[in-house]
Amino acid sequence: MANRTVLNDRHRALGARMVDFGGWDMPLHYGSQIDEHHQVRRDAGMFDVSHMTVVDLHGPRTREFLRRLVANSVDKLHKPGKALYTCMLNEQGGVIDDLIVYFLEEDRFRLVVNAATRDKDLAWIGAQAQPFGVEVRERRDLAMVAVQGPNARDRVHGLLPGDAAARVAALPRFAAAGVAGTRFGDLFVARTGYTGEDGYEVVVPEEHAVALWDALLEAGVKPAGLGARDTLRLEAGMNLYGQDMDESVTPFEAGLGWTVAFDGDRAFIGRDALERQREAGVPRQMVGLVMDGKGVLRHGQKVLTALGEGEILSGTFAPTLGKAIALARVPAGDASALAPVRVEIRGREEPVRIVKYPFVRDGRPVVPA
Amino acid sequence: MSEIPGDLKFMKSHEWVRVEGDGKVTVGISDHAQQQLGDLVYVELPAVGDTVEAGNACAVVESVKAASDVYAPVSGRIVAVNAALADKPETINEDAYGEGWMFVVELSDPDQLNDLLEPDDYAALIEEDGH
Repeated sequence: MANRTVLNDRHRALGARMVDFGGWDMPLHYGSQIDEHHQVRRDAGMFDVSHMTVVDLHGPRTREFLRRLVANSVDKLHKPGKALYTCMLNEQGGVIDDLIVYFLEEDRFRLVVNAATRDKDLAWIGAQAQPFGVEVRERRDLAMVAVQGPNARDRVHGLLPGDAAARVAALPRFAAAGVAGTRFGDLFVARTGYTGEDGYEVVVPEEHAVALWDALLEAGVKPAGLGARDTLRLEAGMNLYGQDMDESVTPFEAGLGWTVAFDGDRAFIGRDALERQREAGVPRQMVGLVMDGKGVLRHGQKVLTALGEGEILSGTFAPTLGKAIALARVPAGDASALAPVRVEIRGREEPVRIVKYPFVRDGRPVVPA
Repeated sequence: MSEIPGDLKFMKSHEWVRVEGDGKVTVGISDHAQQQLGDLVYVELPAVGDTVEAGNACAVVESVKAASDVYAPVSGRIVAVNAALADKPETINEDAYGEGWMFVVELSDPDQLNDLLEPDDYAALIEEDGH
């Protein structure tokens, strides 16, 4: 039987169409995934992300451990609450998972990793932490609600006591704050998200998750499901682990070179393999595609370029653009050298354009016409 | 879950047929089908004048989730198509049995109507389907 989050009954009561997602019974949509997508871009929507894995690390050598564990540099995190997006690599430079690291206080960091990779990640992190004596604690007592959209932050502020609301409202992007003693218990509010819109991911004690969800509903935030989550994140040019990258792919081949820091001689796991690949020349790259004609780009479709074949990793109809978009892995080379690019869709070759991503910024398309 | 109109006939593949008289039938996809597909984003219709064969794919509906062939329930000639669906494919989601009609066929063999499912039989079929 699939896992259920603490909000499962609420989704069903709201009429959600439920699906299995990595072993979790989750809401696909509550009526129209396209309406939910627009709601997030224009106002505020919320997602139950309690299926994701929260892991707290504790110990005097935690920072040292993380300098080895992840490809981005935790030395960028000085202020308590500051966060970082990074890949976690194996020795071959392959991506084990992508995750967010939050610096809480010296000796204490929080990781949020994907739901589908939970077992693998916990085993890996646990094993790697051993020599550093770091305590690794999965926080199954915590639920999480992502509130996203131009009005999302205001809605959350409205639920917090005055001084806490001010403190949270002052958070810069990619930073978090603990808020103790609210009517929803002790909250951890992070100005992060997976939609390309501003907003918070609110970590809440399980026993208060339903109350928080209902309070947000009452404040006018609409529920949004996995369908909208996927169209939003793809428009925002954000990767999905397991689809856009996996252990057979390095960050360079997944458009994530920007998340890797080669600072000093920091010996993070996978560094040698990445340096070798960079020297030899990275053979593949990830590009954004837009299809101006009718149809939807989908995972697995073959991409034909002047430099060789590739494949669609993530594809969808993008509601904010009104067209199909995709992230694709193709041979290395400039857009001009790869052109003309076509995608094989149900036996026909359809022309597509290579574009820089994100495809949407501040709720609006940024793709050239 | 909306009621299945009693004046329609159905295919197992979820197309509905309304007999208009004068040898013509209107065709669309059922409310159950649009629910399964989710938000529709593109609809490909046959052209007026095309010949269609019962059981052959003659149109396509595409949602964010998947593209799905629509089969001709009867053989004949296409005499009208719902061109408004090009700009508003979501009309099928909103009103599958009414404004969401897809095309009209002039029958070449009226006996083929007897091969289609009655509303009760279609209802039973989708009961088994689960939700």
